Amino acid sequence: MSKYSVIGQRVRRVDGPEKVTGNAKYTFDIVLPNMLYGKILRSPHPHARILNIDTSKAEKLIGVKGVVTGKDTLGKKQGIWRRFPELCDEEILCREKVRYVGDPVAVVAAVDEDTAEEALDLIDVEYEPLPAVFDPLEAIKEDAPQIHDGVELNINVTRHIEWGDVDEAFKKCDRIREDQFKCSSQAHMCMETHDAVASFDYSGKLTVWTSTQASYYIQALLAGMLGLREGDVRVIKPPTGGGFGSKFELDSAQFCASVLSMKICKPVKIVLSREEEFTATKRRTPMYYYLKLGAKKDGTLLAKEVRVITDGGAYTGMGATALYLTGFFSSFPYKYPNYRYDGYRAYTNTAPTSAMRGFGAPQSTFAGESQLDMMAEELGIDPVEIRRKNGMTPDYVVPGQAFIQSCGLHECLDKIEEHIKQRRKLPPNHGIGIAAYGFMSGGIFNWFDTPYAFSAALVRINIDGKVDLFTGACDIGQGSDTTLSMICAEELGVKLEDIRIHAGDTGICPADLGAWGSRETLMNGNAVKRAAADAKNQLLEFAAAKLGANIVYDMDIKDRWIHLVDRPERGVSYFDIVKEAIRGKDGEVIIGRGHYTPHRKGMISPAYSFGVQAAEVGVDTETGKVKLVNVTTAHESGTVINPVGIEGQLEGAIMMAGGYGFCEDQPMDEGKILNPSIADYKLIRSLDMPETKILEIDTYEPEGPFGAKEAGEGLTNPTAGAIANAVYKAVGVRINNLPITPEKVLRALKEKPKQKK
Amino acid sequence: MKKELKLTVNGQPYELYVKPKTLLVQVLRDHIGLTGTKRGCSDSSCGACTIMLNGMAVKSCSILALQANGAEVHTVEGLAKGTELHPLQKAFLDYGAYQCGFCTSGMLMASRALLEENPKPTKEQIKEGIDGNICRCTGYNSIIRAVTAVVKGEYKEEK
Repeated sequence: MSKYSVIGQRVRRVDGPEKVTGNAKYTFDIVLPNMLYGKILRSPHPHARILNIDTSKAEKLIGVKGVVTGKDTLGKKQGIWRRFPELCDEEILCREKVRYVGDPVAVVAAVDEDTAEEALDLIDVEYEPLPAVFDPLEAIKEDAPQIHDGVELNINVTRHIEWGDVDEAFKKCDRIREDQFKCSSQAHMCMETHDAVASFDYSGKLTVWTSTQASYYIQALLAGMLGLREGDVRVIKPPTGGGFGSKFELDSAQFCASVLSMKICKPVKIVLSREEEFTATKRRTPMYYYLKLGAKKDGTLLAKEVRVITDGGAYTGMGATALYLTGFFSSFPYKYPNYRYDGYRAYTNTAPTSAMRGFGAPQSTFAGESQLDMMAEELGIDPVEIRRKNGMTPDYVVPGQAFIQSCGLHECLDKIEEHIKQRRKLPPNHGIGIAAYGFMSGGIFNWFDTPYAFSAALVRINIDGKVDLFTGACDIGQGSDTTLSMICAEELGVKLEDIRIHAGDTGICPADLGAWGSRETLMNGNAVKRAAADAKNQLLEFAAAKLGANIVYDMDIKDRWIHLVDRPERGVSYFDIVKEAIRGKDGEVIIGRGHYTPHRKGMISPAYSFGVQAAEVGVDTETGKVKLVNVTTAHESGTVINPVGIEGQLEGAIMMAGGYGFCEDQPMDEGKILNPSIADYKLIRSLDMPETKILEIDTYEPEGPFGAKEAGEGLTNPTAGAIANAVYKAVGVRINNLPITPEKVLRALKEKPKQKK
Repeated sequence: MKKELKLTVNGQPYELYVKPKTLLVQVLRDHIGLTGTKRGCSDSSCGACTIMLNGMAVKSCSILALQANGAEVHTVEGLAKGTELHPLQKAFLDYGAYQCGFCTSGMLMASRALLEENPKPTKEQIKEGIDGNICRCTGYNSIIRAVTAVVKGEYKEEK
C-alpha cells in the first residue's frame, strides 16, 4: 500500500467539468430578477477638492433608478489594516477630495448599462484642482502637496527591521557594494474584472456575489462601511476569474453596488470595464531600492543594509504589508548575520498600490539577486557558489523574525548547477542567469484584527457516505477547492469523488482569511485536515466497537476501508459504519470541526518554500529585444498535494513574473495611466512563452498538512532577477530598473564601450 | 430601431430583434443566455469571447450581431455531445489547461477552430492558433500540451 491514496495523484480538478463546458457561473454571469446595472463616475483629476456634485439631471433620465454620492454614505473610511485606524484612509465614494485619476465620486443604477453610462455624463461635478505629486521621492519633500490631512511629508507607513550589528560588520568586510534599483508597477490583469451583484432585501439583509479572494474580509469591511451587522451581510464567491492579490480588499464595485442596493432595495450589478480595471483598481507597488552589501573575500555575506521607498499611490490598502514583506524578503534566502531594513511608503496622487502575487518579494528578489551576481563577479566567485555559501538551511532562525523548518535550497542549487552545465553551449548573445528565492506559507500578522481563527473548516458526513466540506477558503483559479478536497479525502480515508466542497460563502462557511500570502494549502489545509480527523474519529469509535479489536490497536480509514493499522485486512466498510454511526447518534449527522491559527512561529509565517530559477535569454543586439528562451526552476514546496496544480502555478508565475521582468509596465503622465487597455499593456502571449521545466525537490514541512507548504506566489519572485542576470551574461549590460525593455537594453549597449574606457 | 436577426447557435435556430449596435457577444450572453462565452475587454484583444462563426474562430465582441445574420455559430456550450465531453475538453481537464477558467471557453473554441482547419498542427502552429487569447493563469504551456495530446490522438471523439 502506498503511503497516500489521494495526495500526489494527477487528478482532474473538482471545478474542472463546469469550467471546460462554459457552465461555471461567475459573478459576471449572474442575472437576478429586477436587477439593475450600476456605473461609477470617477475623478478625471489626480488631486482635487470636490466643491459640488449635481446629480439632478442624471436622476431625471428615463431608466435611472438611483444615484448615490459620498453624501449618501455613512462617510466612513475603510482599510484592511483595521488595527490601525489611521491606515483606514479610503472612503471609496469620495466626499471632499479625490486623490487619483479614477477615484469614485458617484454611482448610478439604471435599467441597463447604456442608460447608466449615459447618466454619468449628466452628473455635474465641480472640482477645484489641487497641486499633485506623482513620484514618492517628490512626495516626501517639504513643499510637496499634502495628500491626506495630518500625514506629514506624505509618509504613510514606515518599517524598520534590524538584527546583528550592521555598522560594525561592514568594517570587517573585504568588499562592499552599494547599488540602486527601480522596480516598476504591474497590473494584475485578471481575466474577470472586479464585479459584484449586491441585493439588499426588505428584511434588512444584504447578499453580495462577488469575484473575490477573501469573502470574509469583504463581509466584515462592508458591514463596517454600511453600518450593518456582519451576520446581516452574506458574501458569496462564485467561481472567480483570477485575483493575484487584487481582490481581497473592499473594492468600488462591491461597495457601490451595495450602497445602491440598500438605497433602492433592488439587486444591483456592477462590472468594472477593462479600462477601470487598469486605472482604478490597485496595482503592484513600485519601489526605489538602495542596497548596501558587504562580503568577505571568500564570498561570505556579512552585512546587508536595505533602504526602500515605495510608491503608495493614494491609499494604504495592503501596501503597508508589501512594505513589511519586501523588507523581510530582502534578507531571503540567505543567512545574513547582520541586517538592517528601513522602508518608507509614501502617498502619491496615483492609483493606489497594494498586494500583488509575491507581495513585495519579486521586487526585493530582483534587486537583491542582481546585486548578489555583481558581488560574485567582483569577488570572482561563481553565482551558484556564492548562493550555496550563504543560503539558508533547515532549522535556521532569522533573528527576531522567523523560524525556518524545512528548507531544500541547497538541493535546488545542486539541481540548477547540473542544469546549467547541461546547457553549456549557448548561441551567441544568449545567457543564463539565476536567482534564488523563498516565500511564506501564509502570513502570521493579523492587522485585520480578526477575532476568528485564521482558517477553519467543517466536515459533514451524510448517510450515503458523501462528505460536505465547508470552508471559507477562496478558489480564485489557483485550485484550492481541489487541494482542500484532496486533503479532506486523504485524511478521512475516502475517495476524492466522495467530497463535495462548499467554499467562500460567508453564509454557510466558517471564516477564513482567504487566498493571499500563499496561505490556503498550509493554513486552510491544516484546518480541513483537523476537521476531517475529528469526523473520522467519530466513525472510528463505532468501528472499534463493531470490530471488537483489542484497544491497543490503532485504527484508520483508507480507500473507504476502516481497519486496524497493523492488520489492514481486518476491517469494515466505511459506508456501513457511517450508517451505523448516524443511527447510533440518534440520527444526528456526523460533523467534524477544525481550525488553524499559527502560534509561536515567529513574526512572518509558519513555513517557507525555497527554490532557484535559471532563465535563459537571447538578446537581439540590433533591437535590444530580450527573448525569454527557457526557464528552469528547482523548487521545493514540501509534500506535493496536487502535481498538476504545482505545474500550473509554476508556468503561470513565469508568464506573470517574466512579464514583470521585460515587458509589463504602466507608464503615466500626470498620474494618468497611459496604457489602460490589453492592446497597449504588453504581456506575454503564447508565442512569447518560454520553454519551462520544473525540477521538484522533495522536502517535508512539519507544520504543513501532510508536509505541504506554499507553491503559489514564491514562484513569482525569481524571474525578473534571473532575467536581469541572464541579460548581463548574454551581452554584458546590467539593467537596474524594471522592466528590461528594448530601449533600456539598446541604450545600455550603446553606453557599454564608453563604460569600458 | 431594432432589426431582425436570424442565426443558428449550436444547431438551434434563433429569431430575435436587436439594436443595430448590439454585438454578437451580447446576443449570445444577454439575449440567448449562453454565458459560457466571456468578455475580458472591449477592444477584441483578450480572446475570452472567441466563438466559431461559419467554422472560423471569431472574437464575438468584434462583430455586430447583425453581421452574423444567417450564420452558423458554435459556442463552448455546443462542444460536448450531451454528457460526452469533446476531446479538447477532456484534454484540458487532464492537463490542467485552465485555472480560473475565465479564458477557457475562448481557448477551447480557438483550439477547436485551429484543429478543424489543420488537424495536425505543429507546436508553433498551436501557439499561433491561441496567440489571440490571453490566459493570465496557466502560462499557456499546459494548454499547448492539451491540444497536442488531442492532435496525437490521445482522445477519441465518440461517433
